[in-house]
Amino acid sequence: MPESSSAKNALLSVKNLKIEATSYPPGEPPKTVTLVEGVSFDLQKGKVLGLIGESGAGKSTIGLSALAYGRGGVRITGGQVLLDGKDILTLDKNGIRSIRGARVCYVAQSAAAAFNPAHRLGDQVIEASLRHGIMSREEAKKRALYLFQVLGLPNPESFGERYPHQVSGGQLQRAMTAMALCPNPELIVFDEPTTALDVTTQIDVLAAIKHAIEETHTAALYITHDLAVVAQISDDIMVLRHGKTVEYGTTKQVIEAPREDYTRALVSVRQTKRDEAPDQTGTQLKIEHVSAGYGNGFKVLHDVSMHLPKGQTLAIVGESGSGKSTLARVITGLLPPTEGRITFEGKELPRALKGRSTDELRRIQMIYQMADTAMNPRQTVRDIVGRPLSFYFGMHGAKKTARVKELLDQIEMGTRFLDRYPAELSGGQKQRVAIARALAAEPELILCDEPTSALDPLVAEGILNLLLKLQEETAVSYVFITHDIAIVRAIADSVAVMHRGRLVRFGPKSKVLAPPFDDYTDLLLKSVPEMEIGWLERVLATRRMESAGN
Amino acid sequence: MNLRAIPFSAWIGIAGIAIAIFCALFAPVIAPFGERDVVGDIWLPAGGDFLLGTDNLGRDLLSRLIYGARTTIFVALAATVLSFSLGMILSFTAAVMGGFVDQFFSRFNDLMMAIPTLIFALVVLAVLPQHLWILILVMAVLDSTRVFRIGRAVALDVAVMEFVEAARLRGEGSTWIIFREILPNTLSPLLAEFGLRFAFSILFLSTLSFLGLGIQPPAADWGGMVKDNKDGIIFGISAALIPGAAIATLAICVNLVVDWLMKRTSSLKGGRGDA
Repeated sequence: MPESSSAKNALLSVKNLKIEATSYPPGEPPKTVTLVEGVSFDLQKGKVLGLIGESGAGKSTIGLSALAYGRGGVRITGGQVLLDGKDILTLDKNGIRSIRGARVCYVAQSAAAAFNPAHRLGDQVIEASLRHGIMSREEAKKRALYLFQVLGLPNPESFGERYPHQVSGGQLQRAMTAMALCPNPELIVFDEPTTALDVTTQIDVLAAIKHAIEETHTAALYITHDLAVVAQISDDIMVLRHGKTVEYGTTKQVIEAPREDYTRALVSVRQTKRDEAPDQTGTQLKIEHVSAGYGNGFKVLHDVSMHLPKGQTLAIVGESGSGKSTLARVITGLLPPTEGRITFEGKELPRALKGRSTDELRRIQMIYQMADTAMNPRQTVRDIVGRPLSFYFGMHGAKKTARVKELLDQIEMGTRFLDRYPAELSGGQKQRVAIARALAAEPELILCDEPTSALDPLVAEGILNLLLKLQEETAVSYVFITHDIAIVRAIADSVAVMHRGRLVRFGPKSKVLAPPFDDYTDLLLKSVPEMEIGWLERVLATRRMESAGN
Repeated sequence: MNLRAIPFSAWIGIAGIAIAIFCALFAPVIAPFGERDVVGDIWLPAGGDFLLGTDNLGRDLLSRLIYGARTTIFVALAATVLSFSLGMILSFTAAVMGGFVDQFFSRFNDLMMAIPTLIFALVVLAVLPQHLWILILVMAVLDSTRVFRIGRAVALDVAVMEFVEAARLRGEGSTWIIFREILPNTLSPLLAEFGLRFAFSILFLSTLSFLGLGIQPPAADWGGMVKDNKDGIIFGISAALIPGAAIATLAICVNLVVDWLMKRTSSLKGGRGDA
């Protein structure tokens, strides 16, 4: 363990932390659940510690404990949280209040939800400093201006005059960082600050945060599930799982020489690459010059054409707002295209859902990003998977049950899940059930709309492997919508890059992901964090060189 | 279902409703006197032969209360169930179909709601012949406008969820979407509304009876009994308060049960809930 000897002069020292919560299962007596147990670490002034783990690992809970705070029903029941040698868990309400927002600040995942939409950004950024009486309004404004400059926000002089809805998501996240830095805190807790952002935006925010931390010598806890991100920004890394420490060491050691199996799995995740199919001439699905839009004349897709051979995978990549999900809606018929046509198996598909026959509907199925909302919470797995069977094939009784069991086997889940409700499944299991529902229709094409982006890396890899296995077994084709280049490398045969509703690049994977690049593809590929220390600096350096060269 | 999981408050509600229903079913057996029999002096105090005293005509108050449970509960329950069936089917159809159907139903509903309920009811009931089923029907139709509004709001919320979209993509018809996808996910707010509407139905019926257009005398109903005995209050006679208390108790009991049901359905396996 690093620096255990120097715990005395650590800024934040967490010792043997234990956090519990009470859960209320319906119809049963309340239960006490241990969320975090036996977690200890030290954080020096000006250093960054990355907390990493999958959802439910307790990383946010630990982060909030640095503010002596527990979310609804969560109690810190054991251990110490020493800030400058003083245990903040023993402080009374006023004592804690004088620390929160002054000495320790918090940056939330969704800046859009964390800002008050009714107030100007500038007022919100300096609010904590004023409330705590740390500085006068003039001083605070000056500091905010300085921070806006450090964080690279556009027009720093007038930025504070704007309202939250007038700036982009990436800028809002940086404004939130400015808000946290404004009172000159000793420690900032970053709770997944870049998770909700596009890769191209993420890199800017990441660079800004790193620069600001270095500039102000603030210590930080950086919480994320993305090891590649944390490798760029932190000095030490703690890997958490089920509320316990798996591994704790310097970033270099954890990334380059992980000691535990779990860490090794995290480091090596998504390094699978699949060779593309050699013959890509067939056209099961053909999209020709499709344009589409919402409402009165607002066009989201402009003249998009691509095709997909039978039994292969077409990956559609792009950041949010690029129109990739809209394209999926056009293919399903939920959004009729205004121009162009879609041919499936040599026959033109009717534009709107209403015009399509049951059999046409059956042959194209869809898997959603959020399995939670894609399944009726009041139906059991048996009903969810069984409905397409009775709807398309008229199955019922024992025959239907047998087929549902078969499908559950296919998605590597046992029959004991038959009578569970979606809420009784984990995120990965839910997505598997959603895949089984799509499979039940015996489709020829499955549209996958970011099916793994809401999942933890290891679980996501399991889902990807399952999809590949199913493709081998049933020769189903996939249109796979994603923003993640690593996934594209892993599963695609052909790739379409989209930007602002236009097709930027389309072709076999080997061609699209190889130079010479167009500007946008280049930016997209370079923005994907790599599991390598110093990657961020390198990318930024090349960017500076390029702009200097121009 | 586990009987132990039912909270104490719900047991109180269940007990209250059970007593009321028992009274309604076995009124002739348990009532000490007849519904319409004048058995004593007017406004006798409680005690003696008359457990709760007598009313403004000298009829036994307890007996009338027991008989009154019959009409009050039957009419209010029938009207509420009917208004819910009507309001929910129409509102869900509007939410699922959207477009013209939605506009037509919603604007018609607005039109109905623009007319003050009580005045509307008074006019219609004055014109139509005085049958019990007409009374129930008028109450149901007027109440269904409220159900329509809340039903459409909650159904719209669910209708945009991805699992409904998935059902549409499968090619399911509106009936399946309404009854299998949307209805189970909107039960919590609608159950809450049911409890409230039932209580309002009792009050509305009482109002109508009070104005002479509800249950016709000499048949007993709780609202009418309040009206019959209201003059007694001036003389310090509490006869009017007893049926009033009965109305309040029943309304509270129904809501205690509904609260519990609502918690149960919304916590059930991660439903969208507020409990």
